[in-house]
Amino acid sequence: MEMAVQSKFTPWASLAGGVLIGLSAVMVMGLFGRIAGISGITGGFLGALVPMRGAPRDRDWRVAFLLGLVAAPLLMMLSGGTVAQSVPGNLGGMLAAGLLVGLGTALGSGCTSGHGVCGLARLSRRSLAAVVTFMAAGFATVFVLRHVLGTV
Amino acid sequence: MRIAWGFLSGLVFGLGLVLSGMADPAKVLNFLDLTGRWDPSLAFVMGGATLTAFIGYRLVWRRSAPVLEARFDLPTNSRIDRPLVLGAALFGIGWGIGGFCPGPAWTALPLLAPGTLVFLPAMLAGLWLGTRIKSLDALMTEGATL
Repeated sequence: MEMAVQSKFTPWASLAGGVLIGLSAVMVMGLFGRIAGISGITGGFLGALVPMRGAPRDRDWRVAFLLGLVAAPLLMMLSGGTVAQSVPGNLGGMLAAGLLVGLGTALGSGCTSGHGVCGLARLSRRSLAAVVTFMAAGFATVFVLRHVLGTV
Repeated sequence: MRIAWGFLSGLVFGLGLVLSGMADPAKVLNFLDLTGRWDPSLAFVMGGATLTAFIGYRLVWRRSAPVLEARFDLPTNSRIDRPLVLGAALFGIGWGIGGFCPGPAWTALPLLAPGTLVFLPAMLAGLWLGTRIKSLDALMTEGATL
């Protein structure tokens, strides 16, 4: 995270994108009776690759869901849209970040989608506790990196 | 059928991530930067998604079962325990460093940025390790109550 990139506040596009994410969560519940948590869905995919106790067994739709996720930006670009992206280039930082995100979402049983969108929609206290915790940790981390250590 | 619907659900989710700007780590990191370049967009994404799911879930739960499975399978654990809080804290730190949570890491994959190509395999390794730790922990707790 060697440079902080400006980003524009996009209330309407973000709200509309949020509605699509919510719609996908409703599809997964209505079709498969499951929470659309990406960390859990990724766990199902991982269980198909390597032996993993505790991985979900209904792998077919989970692998297809991930393919859909990957296909989305391609479809957007093919239809003439642009996909703005600025990924931090500090590879050591990204390695640590990936490990922490994987480890944390496995231990905490969910991420921004499972606890955030789906858990809050179910009015789960457990998910609310998770959301408050990861938001607070995220705010604190960016504050320390950008304003205390000044790495940006 | 299951594959097609699974793919379509993922596609809708992914289009939502791209359209909302959440596929861009810079936007996420700026949301987390309250005292700096704060960009409140993420709050609108969460709001729109949660409200849609809140209403949609209640419509869907009127059915006795989902379309492609025998029953709804919802989390039953309601305890706020140590693994939950510790896990969420670790996740939040990683999220604050990289600006990626699991969904956007997948949608970023086809753009092949070096940061993504390092992040995603590391996330899979972390997920594997965390799942192992959790299942060992569950075994030990079971053993203790026997």
